[in-house]
Amino acid sequence: MEFLSDLQAQFSTAYELLAAGWGVQLLWGIAWTLAVTVVSMLIGAVLGSLVAAAKLSHRGGLRFIGESYTTVFRGEPELLVIYLFYYGGTQVLTGVARSTGSIGSTDILNMPSFLGGVLAVGIISGAYQAEVFRGSFLAIHRGELEAARAYGMSAWLRFRLVIVPQVLRLAVPGLGNVWQLTIKDSALISVTGVAELMLTANKAARSTHHSLLFYTVAGILYLVMTSISTPIFEKAERYTSRSFTRPK
Amino acid sequence: MSANVAAAAQAASSPDDKAAISVKNLRKCFGDHEVLKGISLEAHKGDVISILGSSGSGKSTMLRCINLLETPDSGEVRVDGELIKMKQSRDGRQMPADIRQVERIRANLAMVFQSFNLWSHMTVLENLVAAPTHVLKRPRAECLEQAEALLKRVGIWERRNYYPPHMSGGQQQRAAIARALAMNPKVMLFDEPTSALDPELVGEVLRVMRSLAEEGRTMLVVTHEMGFARDVSSKVMFLHKGEVDSVGEPKDMFARPPTPQFKQFIANFNK
Repeated sequence: MEFLSDLQAQFSTAYELLAAGWGVQLLWGIAWTLAVTVVSMLIGAVLGSLVAAAKLSHRGGLRFIGESYTTVFRGEPELLVIYLFYYGGTQVLTGVARSTGSIGSTDILNMPSFLGGVLAVGIISGAYQAEVFRGSFLAIHRGELEAARAYGMSAWLRFRLVIVPQVLRLAVPGLGNVWQLTIKDSALISVTGVAELMLTANKAARSTHHSLLFYTVAGILYLVMTSISTPIFEKAERYTSRSFTRPK
Repeated sequence: MSANVAAAAQAASSPDDKAAISVKNLRKCFGDHEVLKGISLEAHKGDVISILGSSGSGKSTMLRCINLLETPDSGEVRVDGELIKMKQSRDGRQMPADIRQVERIRANLAMVFQSFNLWSHMTVLENLVAAPTHVLKRPRAECLEQAEALLKRVGIWERRNYYPPHMSGGQQQRAAIARALAMNPKVMLFDEPTSALDPELVGEVLRVMRSLAEEGRTMLVVTHEMGFARDVSSKVMFLHKGEVDSVGEPKDMFARPPTPQFKQFIANFNK
């Protein structure tokens, strides 16, 4: 019975702490986590499609650049890339600003934390998205591309009317995986000071000494975000692949 | 020079008399293997030319060289009298000099493929209007109207909102022929249009092709359908090992095969 009343006490403490303002802070943390993930995914989509195009190119030089990109950014720890962009970026920005005299010789120009973070996570996400796009492009039926050429479509028309819709359709399941990876990577940019879910949970845990409570809550919230995205991507997949599933 | 001769000379050079397709001395290698060893062909308006040959004879490659899906190593291709301009690339291979010209000419040469190659993410109707609206830049409403009429003609109007993978091979190929017709092409190129079909579906496709021939369309048809070659086409061309073995009117060709190779070829079919 003592155990139960103890548990009850734990719950009421948790409730008080969350109601005292940490709950709202955590909700903001979710908003920032989603913002970081969405922006990183978009940066990754642009980079990923360029890298995929490079990897599929006939030119050896471009292929080498594409291969190197995916090898490096999938092979390095995410945290290292984030440090590199955030602290390295700060060093570069400061150096440039000092040499042009826009700041004093002892001043420091910080890399904006959101920008540095989403660039780093976006670049990593781009490496994974490049693989997804490349695989999807290779899965397009060659004859359909040939038909587009035979009907006089320019390279741009073929890209817009045949390649993009088909790559998107084939890429949806793979992009769902990258989205989950990117949500998890977004936790790492807490080191740059973006008040996303991880950093908020950290602050709450330290200032209230309720680590178990706040990390558990944050863990549940991450799980909710990743699990909600699964059915959304499944629905998107059903929609985009409707031409391959029998009509009812 | 009498007036008659002058008139005849003028008629000979008038646009009506220009060959719809003129191919001269086409050569093409894949690696060390020479697939086309100097092929020439002329198709006039209204001609239906069946191109026969065993597999590996180069017939599909020849057809694909006409719309530059394959780049010939040498030789010239004219469409409606217009020469497709070629240039040497840095590695010494021939390539189209002006891709815009190639795209414009391709739009006049609608191709029907062995494996249909309909765009699988578009409905049948969208397949028919995609190229006319985007390549020929015709108004969408007009294209839709024409597309519906063409689908009625090939007998699959009820399937206009289906996606190609949901239809039978015969229906897909008829949709592909309608897609070709939607371009109002000067010449239609058929690359073994019935070879991928189940035997019971061949008839419906051949019926459509026969009706096109009857309305005077210019068609180059690479095929294994001896019946079509004999009864529908105006000319038969037999390729053997990358060369034109024999050309002639179908009734002569089939009644008295001009070469032992062609005789052997039709004998194998009649077995």
